Amino acid sequence: MILNEYDISALIITLKLALSTTFILLVLGTPLSWWLSKTKFRLKFLIDAVIALPLVLPPTVLGFYLLIAFGPDGFIGILLDTLGIKPIAFTFTGLIAGSVIYSLPFVVQPLQDAFKSVGKQQIEVAATLGASPIDRFFTVIIPLARHGFFTAAVLGFAHTIGEFGVVLMIGGNIPGETQVLSIAIYDHVESLEYINAHWLSGILLCISFIMLISIYAVNRKFRIVQS
Amino acid sequence: MKKIFCIIFILLFVFNHLLNAEEIKIAVATNFSATIKKIVNLYEEQTGDKVVLIFGSTGKLYAQIKNGAPFDGFLAADSKRPKLLEDEKVALKNSRFTYAIGKLVLWSPAIKLGDSAVNVLTSSKYNHIAIANPKLAPYGMAAKEVLIKLNQFLKLSKKIVKGENIGQAFQFIKSGNAELGFCALSQIIGSNIQNKNYYWIVPAKFYSPIKQQAILLNKKKSARAFFDFLRSPDAKKIIHDFGYDTP
Amino acid sequence: MSIHAKFQIKKGTFTLNADLNIPAKAITSIFGKSGSGKTTLLRAIAGLDFHKNGYIRIGETVWQDKNIFVPPHKRAIGYVFQEPGLFRHLSVIKNIEYGQKRSSNSKNSMSPGYIIDLLNIKHLLDRQPQYLSGGEQQRVAIARALAYNPDLLLMDEPLSSLDENLKLEILPYIQSLHTELKIPIIYVSHSTDEVARIADHIVILEEGIVKASGLIGEILTSLDFNISRDENAESLVEAIVMDHDNKFSLTYLDSEFGKFTVGQKNLPIGTKVRLRIAARDVSITLAAQTGTSILNIFPAQISKIAPVGRSQVMVKLVSNKASILARVTRKSANILDLAPNKKVYVQVKSVALLA
Repeated sequence: MILNEYDISALIITLKLALSTTFILLVLGTPLSWWLSKTKFRLKFLIDAVIALPLVLPPTVLGFYLLIAFGPDGFIGILLDTLGIKPIAFTFTGLIAGSVIYSLPFVVQPLQDAFKSVGKQQIEVAATLGASPIDRFFTVIIPLARHGFFTAAVLGFAHTIGEFGVVLMIGGNIPGETQVLSIAIYDHVESLEYINAHWLSGILLCISFIMLISIYAVNRKFRIVQS
Repeated sequence: MKKIFCIIFILLFVFNHLLNAEEIKIAVATNFSATIKKIVNLYEEQTGDKVVLIFGSTGKLYAQIKNGAPFDGFLAADSKRPKLLEDEKVALKNSRFTYAIGKLVLWSPAIKLGDSAVNVLTSSKYNHIAIANPKLAPYGMAAKEVLIKLNQFLKLSKKIVKGENIGQAFQFIKSGNAELGFCALSQIIGSNIQNKNYYWIVPAKFYSPIKQQAILLNKKKSARAFFDFLRSPDAKKIIHDFGYDTP
Repeated sequence: MSIHAKFQIKKGTFTLNADLNIPAKAITSIFGKSGSGKTTLLRAIAGLDFHKNGYIRIGETVWQDKNIFVPPHKRAIGYVFQEPGLFRHLSVIKNIEYGQKRSSNSKNSMSPGYIIDLLNIKHLLDRQPQYLSGGEQQRVAIARALAYNPDLLLMDEPLSSLDENLKLEILPYIQSLHTELKIPIIYVSHSTDEVARIADHIVILEEGIVKASGLIGEILTSLDFNISRDENAESLVEAIVMDHDNKFSLTYLDSEFGKFTVGQKNLPIGTKVRLRIAARDVSITLAAQTGTSILNIFPAQISKIAPVGRSQVMVKLVSNKASILARVTRKSANILDLAPNKKVYVQVKSVALLA
């Protein structure tokens, strides 16, 4: 095997990071997307824009601001300090926090679309059949929006795996803790270790490709069933 | 309409060509950017020649040059990459020289260092210490050497955070996310940090000299002239002012 | 379990003002053109939309009052929407079980098996909704609403999204609800045909205002409302199957007007049916005609005459407690000297039998 122990630990950390981020994003993103898909709040467009920012911003901008925010004078740093929590820059927790923000639109948008596609009537039908709001959410909305959850999870996961700029800024490249695949590849390229770079890039390419294939395959299946 | 476009295109082409006749393109490692700009200003004033600067990390510039980037000269942050280019016959043989020697500094915006810098370094007063990535940046390699000399490198392995370059390491320290770290004296000078109690210029005995080397990539006369200027007393004065040594 | 509903709902320039007493164990049809506020009223009754100052009571239970608003999932209602709205992710049987599992009602309890037979959907149970025809879907939707064991069944134009053939396919099932169910049904519709077939009571809604409310036979022939002065005005007469004539293939029925003769229908003797008679198919004579091909001739008394357009009049004729409308020209009315209380004979050219 060409990969060294740091490469393997980078691979494991990347997968761990992507899994944790995806999990947190689904937990946070579900109520947020639901609210966004239903609300008639006048300033909704502002919230939409804020969530979509990571889509258009260079990740380094986000990373740069996070680095400042995490610092002892930054608002997150101050907040954590008053709560008695250790600073999170250069920690795995910090990476998760950054990734969650960075990948948020990739989870919120498919979920919001899926929730909208469920339609008002199915929910009202459930209400007239005795289902409480929470009951409706779990027995009607989630099952009907399941392709949205799948897309959201895969996109969130894949996007986190491909993340570079944010991790570059707030990760600190600590092997076994914050050194992820994309950074390891960058280091290999920069230090002319092209073979290692090839291996890791190939792995990343395969993972991403498989994830996208599964999204498109599942969405195709859904279209067939629904038509 | 088509005609107008044609004319504009031809004009641009000719104009561009005219400009090209006078100008040289130099690829420069980012850490030297402030210094080289000042030198180029002076050079352009004196000669009227135009120097176009392309900044990037030494590794990236090296890869670009190897793949045919149209640069006339290369100012690296180390000696390894210029040597490689010379060996690979991409650069001009015997044109390589050390234009600056970097000075490593231990800096902390929060903890007083002064004479007790080594004590602070070996204490547990901090959670994170920032360095440039030793694999990529000569300043990182130098920082690693210092830590090895002080028997701290392995002990600190979970505390060391690595910037991809010396600029990022500097940002880690400045933002307070790392309580202290190694950076370049040129950065301390460049960002106007006056209080000497908060930084410690690491004595040369702790690390091998950070030789920043330059090399010519073709035989263009104007490029050679600029390289000669780089070694002139005028240029050297500027280089010293920015916190570097010269041979 | 009678229902009292009172709503005053403002939606932009539209105002709905309704104060309704809906009888127990009957099909009450809320009838009106689109935009008259029918669906708004039905949704308010179900609690799907909240409106201030509403009041609704079913039997002893108050669903909405000044300080009370029972959310829809806590009301014992069955709701059949215009579109079937079957859960796309569940099979037919799972759709039916969805409400059944959540029912907390032990009254009026009908077994799912009985409901499934009633709506004839046994063969569809394992299918997914998207593979069902529109009519099949709507039958499942009705079964699903019934399986919830509601105290009140609300139906919002359940046939309007179906084409004519499918309507005819479902109507018998809805008619059968009439005799099989022990709960009141509120049936919203804009189709006279549907209403004539299934409703016992009718509430006529025009631009948010209740124009009439009462027994369907009376309202249809009252001459006070547009519906009874329309081109397609019609009367309903309750009748019972008396005898079959196999030689001529005829069925004889007894009614308040007398013996009706219709083409043979395969119905057991004693079956209660509804006869539907278009006003344009009824003519009036002063004496009982003998030399005529028309079989259905009855004595009756004129109770009211109202003009229809410039050339015609609508005549309301009664016999015992039933009434029939006849549409004749103003000229004929003049020649025959038709006037209230005058005794005449009605000739009914054609009769539709609604079983």
